[in-house]
Amino acid sequence: MNSAGQGYAASPVVATGTSAKTEAWLWIAQRASAALLALCVLVHLVTIIYAVRHGLSGAAILGRTQGNPAWLAFYSLYVLAIAVHAPIGLRTLCQEWLGWRSASLNWFIVALALALFVFGLRAALAVFLV
Amino acid sequence: MKNDYRSRNHPAWWAFLVHRLSGLALSIFLPFHFWALGQALQGEARLDTLLRWTEQPLVKFAETMLVLLLAAHLTGGLRLLALEFLPWRGWQKSLLAWAAGAALAAGLAFALAL
Repeated sequence: MNSAGQGYAASPVVATGTSAKTEAWLWIAQRASAALLALCVLVHLVTIIYAVRHGLSGAAILGRTQGNPAWLAFYSLYVLAIAVHAPIGLRTLCQEWLGWRSASLNWFIVALALALFVFGLRAALAVFLV
Repeated sequence: MKNDYRSRNHPAWWAFLVHRLSGLALSIFLPFHFWALGQALQGEARLDTLLRWTEQPLVKFAETMLVLLLAAHLTGGLRLLALEFLPWRGWQKSLLAWAAGAALAAGLAFALAL
């Protein structure tokens, strides 16, 4: 909670249809994925600025990622953390700003997490395999 | 309401709003980002076609805004983690300024590298 009394992601204050235990786990998952993402986003930002400075092209991108297991592992972990973090954050936003508090929200969030994970992993594999 | 207004006219509330809106914008952008990278499955030439499209001034501006939002979400998130998990210290009051400054620096570094 911040000083204005707004609940942040997965705050038990806006719990709807789920047990306090589940809300607590969502809160922990949000923070754990945030800590992992802090590292991933930092690496990503440095890579973006490096890539732009050294000429952005298909060859330059694939030259880094193609057949490189270290980048594949990094992006897979990054995608996993995103698939956990973004849907939990959007869940809180839907609850607080849209008033969407029914069980359907949880199904929507689970579907979103799965879609982000599969679609993100496909992207990571695409720049690794081709 | 008066109270409502006063509680929102505060740097911490603006930090909350920036964190939430940047998170929303990044979530909307993600599927497009994944789709674009997935185009690599069709070969390097396809990626080059997409990269050429991004050379338009408006797209470049949008990219800079996205880098700024990503940096802002990162620094704002680090501030939240520090507030929630570290023992309270006086220096945490200036975290907001540090977070904003670092995010702007990252956005500028990207814009100048373009």
